[in-house]
Amino acid sequence: MSKLLKGRTGDWEIVIGLEIHAQSITKAKLFSGASTAFGAEPNTQVSLVDAAMPGMLPVLNEESVRQAVRSGLALNSKINLHSVFARKNYFYPDLPQGYQISQFESPIVGEGELEIDLADGEVVTVGIERLHLEQDAGKSLHDQHPTKTYIDLNRSGITLMEIVSKPDMRSSEEAVEYATKVRSILRYIDTCDGNMQEGSLRCDANVSVRRPGEALGTRCEIKNLNSFRYLRQAIDHEAVRQVEILEDGGKIAQETRLYDTAKGETRSMRSKEEAHDYRYFPDPDLLPIDLSEEFVARMKATLPELPDARKERFVTAYALSPYDASVLVSERDTADYFETVAAGRDSKLAANWVISDLFGRLNKLTIPVSASPVSAEALGELIDLISDQTISGRIAKDVFSEMFESGEGAKAIVEKKGLRQVTDEGAIRGQVQSVIDDNPDKVADYRGGNDKLVGWFMGQVMKASQGKANPGMVNKLLREMLSA
Amino acid sequence: MKLTELTIAAARDGLAAGEFTSVELTAANLSAMENTRDLNAFVCETAEKAQDMAAASDVRRARGADLGAMEGIPIAVKDLFCTEGVRATACSHILDGFTPPYESTVTTNLWDAGAVMLGKTNMDEFAMGSSNMSSYDGPVTNPWRAGDDGAKLVPGGSSGGSAAAVAARMAMGATGTDTGGSIRQPGAFCGVVGMKPTYGRCSRWGVIAFASSLDQAGPLTRTVQDAAIMLGAMAGHDPKDSTSVNESVPDFEAALTGDIKGLRVGVPKEYVVDGMPGEIGELWRRGVDWLKDAGAQIVDISLPHTKYALPAYYIIAPAEASSNLARYDGVRYGLRVEGDSLQDMYANTRSEGFGAEVKRRLMIGAYVLSAGYYDAYYLKAQKVRARIAQDFHDAWETVDVVLTPTAPSAAFAQGEKMDDPIAMYLNDVFTVPASLAGLPAISVPAGLSSDGLPLGLQIIGRPFDEETMFRVAGVMEREAAFTAHPMTGEA
Repeated sequence: MSKLLKGRTGDWEIVIGLEIHAQSITKAKLFSGASTAFGAEPNTQVSLVDAAMPGMLPVLNEESVRQAVRSGLALNSKINLHSVFARKNYFYPDLPQGYQISQFESPIVGEGELEIDLADGEVVTVGIERLHLEQDAGKSLHDQHPTKTYIDLNRSGITLMEIVSKPDMRSSEEAVEYATKVRSILRYIDTCDGNMQEGSLRCDANVSVRRPGEALGTRCEIKNLNSFRYLRQAIDHEAVRQVEILEDGGKIAQETRLYDTAKGETRSMRSKEEAHDYRYFPDPDLLPIDLSEEFVARMKATLPELPDARKERFVTAYALSPYDASVLVSERDTADYFETVAAGRDSKLAANWVISDLFGRLNKLTIPVSASPVSAEALGELIDLISDQTISGRIAKDVFSEMFESGEGAKAIVEKKGLRQVTDEGAIRGQVQSVIDDNPDKVADYRGGNDKLVGWFMGQVMKASQGKANPGMVNKLLREMLSA
Repeated sequence: MKLTELTIAAARDGLAAGEFTSVELTAANLSAMENTRDLNAFVCETAEKAQDMAAASDVRRARGADLGAMEGIPIAVKDLFCTEGVRATACSHILDGFTPPYESTVTTNLWDAGAVMLGKTNMDEFAMGSSNMSSYDGPVTNPWRAGDDGAKLVPGGSSGGSAAAVAARMAMGATGTDTGGSIRQPGAFCGVVGMKPTYGRCSRWGVIAFASSLDQAGPLTRTVQDAAIMLGAMAGHDPKDSTSVNESVPDFEAALTGDIKGLRVGVPKEYVVDGMPGEIGELWRRGVDWLKDAGAQIVDISLPHTKYALPAYYIIAPAEASSNLARYDGVRYGLRVEGDSLQDMYANTRSEGFGAEVKRRLMIGAYVLSAGYYDAYYLKAQKVRARIAQDFHDAWETVDVVLTPTAPSAAFAQGEKMDDPIAMYLNDVFTVPASLAGLPAISVPAGLSSDGLPLGLQIIGRPFDEETMFRVAGVMEREAAFTAHPMTGEA
């Protein structure tokens, strides 16, 4: 599949790098003991440090370090045993200190790479530049008063892990798959809940375009994308915008842009000239973080089986396609669900049911798999009924619908509604015979060489049996009796 | 003897012997404060609090409770320390009316040790200065005068109010903070002992920050022994300050054995500046002789990077300050001067809230950290700092302490050097190296200038070896026999 963008004057390649800001799961903030729970009344979870009162000093939360190291390991990245906090200086009312404590020259996690699976089966490797620890800012509330801005500092000081990719992505699909994978890994290891509505995970996208094979173009950074849908739309829109400018003979101005979700377009936030000079320097209030190899090994031992390893296992142990496997492992709950369904059963059948039928339903209603009205055990029971030929696959779809709506078990529904499959050859033979008898002209047609009519006959017999006849037997008997 | 003339050690004995109470001692100091208000040493008097704390101390003593090292001793607190329910403004307009709901670790330690708070002392705005002239609360007058009709002199800075209060017998001791000499230089100018401990010895928690990698709290007292007692009460590891060092606090007073036989005293040849009055050099030589006579071994040493210390300091300290003072933005506390936009509010608040010297340093600091200049200034200064620390590190191979003058001059007139920041910064030339290296250092009053003004000598010690530094300082004090008194004129 070509990822190139067709312009008026030829093809363009999109180049994308992502910065993912992931809120770390820790009870207390990065440098204070204040709570990080979401949804509290404004300014109720603010320590003296978070409010930057005079004379207050940061003290590093060791849990934040553990979570960052675990995240780095899970993202196949190098852990830097020595890292340094630096101050990023700028003025904004929701940044009480007048600087954000972050990491600049020496981040806690260095380079690594992730493989992402695309829908067409292609595997793309995306480089990770770094992961660093930093404080989140507070929130400016502009909609509480006609002329004033209110500040909520509950979020001020919460631990963020900023994960910076290399500019290795070439389409919005790749960017979304990469971000999905990062989110999935962080959720697997419980270092970020990935809740984008609550702002626990946010993306900035750096987008540029170039002629294939040429040097990198000038990039624009699109800030604060808080859903994968917006990420995709913003990149697609931005790429087209840049191509139009270039094809009209213009130049791309390096700038920071915002994605207007209502209008579906990006607009300029500040130009390169207006860009802040952050005056980074090592924070003299904090000592460098020095970790031992032994500590890193201990963190590694806390990691569960990660999506990639699980995917490999699903491909080999359950004979799934890599794409199906990657869909199933993207969420730990989903993978667990699938494994329960597949245990001792036809794994391909199980995968199909989970991916097509269950996900189809759940996604439509935006219900997470953990809240599915059909449990893994119940879906397993349904598949057993198919496998032992109690019901046909087609009937099973109806039974599944019923299960989904009523929460009843498959066996109970089949019994109650009398949906048991008819496998009695004599009974089916009778139904086939009456269809043949009722349609002499169609029979003549078939016998005259119109093989395709067998499908029509099949439908008639199934209809006559209210779908309960074993389709395999109907097919076999039809061919036999029509040819007689 | 008047109670206000007592040293902390003598007052401790008098209190223990029941000769007087803390209430009486405190009342004597409060009345001295009233009588010398013209010096402007205090920016806030907490008489009621002092009386309550003194009474509580007397009750503890009467009950036979465990008594602290500073039990019943009235002291002053530099306005840079956050004090619960009492103003803490760093003598800046921008912190107008700021009354913290929390108490700094160092002052908490002092109150826990039984000390009594008399009030908050004047200082250069945000501890930036060597004259106390940059205070929003106005200048402090040094209790010393050059002759009877001499001009009003500065007390030095930034802990000018604390030094003046101790020298003028308003307080038995005072807390100061020292970033590049802010305890030692005013100590020298006011004829009192000023001591800066090893970086990390005292917690910075609750001390309004100037330059985080340099700021250290320390005592100003009238004797070396008092400084040892008071530092013992101030110091200690604090988990709330990541740069506070987890070292046990030794009995500093016990280190004052009076015996320095065999100790090696380094005399660095670089501690000379152009235009330095000859009497400073003479006093230094006398100091060398005193220590030699007391049995110390004098070693001529070289600290080759000394001349780069001042420029490096005036890059690093402003750089950190430019970031540390960003929080004073008019949004949450202190002064806010409204404007038509957020940017206007920031500009109006900070333009009006900060004084000229603070603004100068904030601009220098922002400049040396900015893109394109960081390597040439900030990074280079950090390299210089490492060299200076290495100079001392090498010196410790051959010496146990280093002896230098504290400042290149005696106290100067109020208003002098105000139009020449470089001349003003030169005050710190001998104190800044130990600050950059994080070393303990103490200024001991050692003699009078030809004008009759006090001069100090500085003893610099190894990291966390305040004990040896105190021991040598104690001997120096004994040999110098400095008994001059700013108020009575007695020498």
